[in-house]
Amino acid sequence: MSQKIKGAEALIKALIEEGVTTIFGYPGGAIIPVFDCLYDYREKLNHILVRHEQGATHAAQGYSRISGKTGVVIATSGPGATNLITGISDAMMDSTPLVVITGQISSAFLGTDAFQETDVIGITQPVTKWSYQIRNAEDIPWAVARAFYIASSGRPGPVVLDFAKNAQVGEMKWSYKKCNYIRSYIPVPEIDKAEIVKVAEMINNSSRPMIAAGHGIMLSEAEEELLKLAEKADIPVTNTLLGLSTIPSDHYLYKGMLGMHGNIGANYHTLDCDLFIAIGMRFDDRVTGDAKQYVAQAKVIHIDIDESEFDKNVKTTASIHGDAKMVIKALIPLIEKKSHTEWLDSFKSCDEVETEKVIKPEIYPESEDIHMGEVVNKISEATGHNAVLVTDVGQNQMLSARYFKFNHTKSIITSGGLGTMGFGLPAAIGAKFGAPERTICYFTGDGGIQMTIEELGVILQYGIDIKIIILNNNFLGMVRQWQELFFNQKYSQTPLVNPNFKMIANAYGIKAEDVESREELDGAIERMLNNKGSYLLNIKVEEKGMVFPMIPAGHTINELMLNSTEKYIKQ
Amino acid sequence: MDNILYTITVFSENRVGLLNQISIIFTRRKLNIESLSVSPSSIKGIHKFTITTYSDQETMEKVVKQIEKRIDVLKAFFYTNKDIVYQEIALYKVPTNKLLEEENLEQIIRKHNARILEITKEYTVLEKSGHSEETESLFNELKQYGITQFVRSGRVAVTKSTIEYVTDYIEEQKSRKDKMQS
Repeated sequence: MSQKIKGAEALIKALIEEGVTTIFGYPGGAIIPVFDCLYDYREKLNHILVRHEQGATHAAQGYSRISGKTGVVIATSGPGATNLITGISDAMMDSTPLVVITGQISSAFLGTDAFQETDVIGITQPVTKWSYQIRNAEDIPWAVARAFYIASSGRPGPVVLDFAKNAQVGEMKWSYKKCNYIRSYIPVPEIDKAEIVKVAEMINNSSRPMIAAGHGIMLSEAEEELLKLAEKADIPVTNTLLGLSTIPSDHYLYKGMLGMHGNIGANYHTLDCDLFIAIGMRFDDRVTGDAKQYVAQAKVIHIDIDESEFDKNVKTTASIHGDAKMVIKALIPLIEKKSHTEWLDSFKSCDEVETEKVIKPEIYPESEDIHMGEVVNKISEATGHNAVLVTDVGQNQMLSARYFKFNHTKSIITSGGLGTMGFGLPAAIGAKFGAPERTICYFTGDGGIQMTIEELGVILQYGIDIKIIILNNNFLGMVRQWQELFFNQKYSQTPLVNPNFKMIANAYGIKAEDVESREELDGAIERMLNNKGSYLLNIKVEEKGMVFPMIPAGHTINELMLNSTEKYIKQ
Repeated sequence: MDNILYTITVFSENRVGLLNQISIIFTRRKLNIESLSVSPSSIKGIHKFTITTYSDQETMEKVVKQIEKRIDVLKAFFYTNKDIVYQEIALYKVPTNKLLEEENLEQIIRKHNARILEITKEYTVLEKSGHSEETESLFNELKQYGITQFVRSGRVAVTKSTIEYVTDYIEEQKSRKDKMQS
């Protein structure tokens, strides 16, 4: 027999039905009834109080990216809701499943410019997979079930439920049924068998194939299948930024990261391959440079769950619409065992140049100043390459993506598509809640950390353990790098006068150290990793450090820069 | 590539906010919507949008995929004029006294196959359906009498194809639902 309950309680019960255990949120006027009810269910739902709503979305993203679960956010109407937009957009770009619940004024007052009213549906429609306004308590089970189904299925993404106050306090007859079907939405399409045969043939007939494995591998948990495919056909595997860690960094077929600051071998071979197999990636401009010329000489196979990605940026020879895991599974039996020794060996000359010209000078520098890559490399080694890398955006992000190594999948959490500065700290906090057993190393810059530094309060309140490494050059480093290379060294608005980060950390009860010389570095890293609880290292790195190699935006791989003065010329 | 006029048809669930979701896809690509018409389709609960815009084939392919990606959209298609039978309707409000002075009024109405919807002492309302060139042509002819109001509807269209993709789609989804729930 179904009893009558209030809408706010129906929402909480629906979240529990969907297996939610952790919520990131911030209360406010138009969502008080939900928080009132949350109090009664605090044994079942762990609500993490952030310090700014943007932090709640990034924390939910970090939580989702590491655990594979849907992240849940609750905030109030008006400014509470508008503060969420950056995180929602970020989740949309990086295919992260979120269910975001915003309070809304009572539906009778909608459109009257009431206190803390904002058009949340109108604002969020362009940056969500689905957004819906709940105006009646009776709608709640249907809307919540649909929200979780849409957010987590197919190509995942954020969903917004705008929850009018009258629906929160109104009564409804409780019953719940999960959603697994929407007439107008086919999240996992049936795989076209003819395409599988065609693609398998293309792979079997290729002599210089390469795989570009993206975030989709992680989202469909196709890591094992990817390896099987690559090993059977002896195909080199490269990663996009978000695809990092889908294949162990030390695997003999792993050839590095693609894109603007990726590895030379990975990038250069896109000019030499005869078959480019893109799986769960979307040919972002930071991967392709000039998309018109990208892999133009090769046949291109695109495997993706989102049909709208096919031929969007790069023309494909064949595409398979489907879940990466299912597609690769279907391909493997049709793939011939092959050996591409010569092709694989051809990466070596690129690797040698990169090691000599770029990697060694960055991780074993001869100069007195500490280099950013050096710090990343040391910390990755000290964790046995088993930690989770969370980054902010900019030089810290690119250098940690380049020099952090991975043994396990789902070990990188970074803002790829939107490139959100300030993403890192809340994402690292969320990641810790999603995988408490793992070591979280959060690399940031002196700029990025200050964008969401208030979230240190969450560490204080919940006593969680994350390792914070500030690569401090007193500059907005990536913009400064572009100014140095392309804007005549006019450092417009990039030098920063910074606060005492150690004192700030201490004020939040977090142990911290300033590191100013190489001699202090190893000891500081050891103390940080051995400490039970969060720890912050404020590391003074070379002021004008650069990220290389670099393919300038919009150019081709032929323009690959080894450093400020030298272009890469193939041996 | 030269832009030509494309007709996009979208079949969606009848849900609040869909027009916005569809129109922002055009906005993002800087496509100007030339005409738009939305109404319930022949299938209960399903709405049909007919949108025209000047563009090229490649852009249209991308736009249609983006539209279909919206959760509550069932299907979207794009056509050139040769693929469809299409029609618009136009209303013309003209001062009655001016019309009465015209000797060839009958000829004009006959030639354009126009209808008179209302006559008062002050004004007469004429109606004409057809392609834009046809409604335009009547407009040009009536101009001399001083048209006080003119309005033209968005295009409506049906395909010349014998395959009814939307009906087929709905059938397929029904069997998918049965499979899911069995």
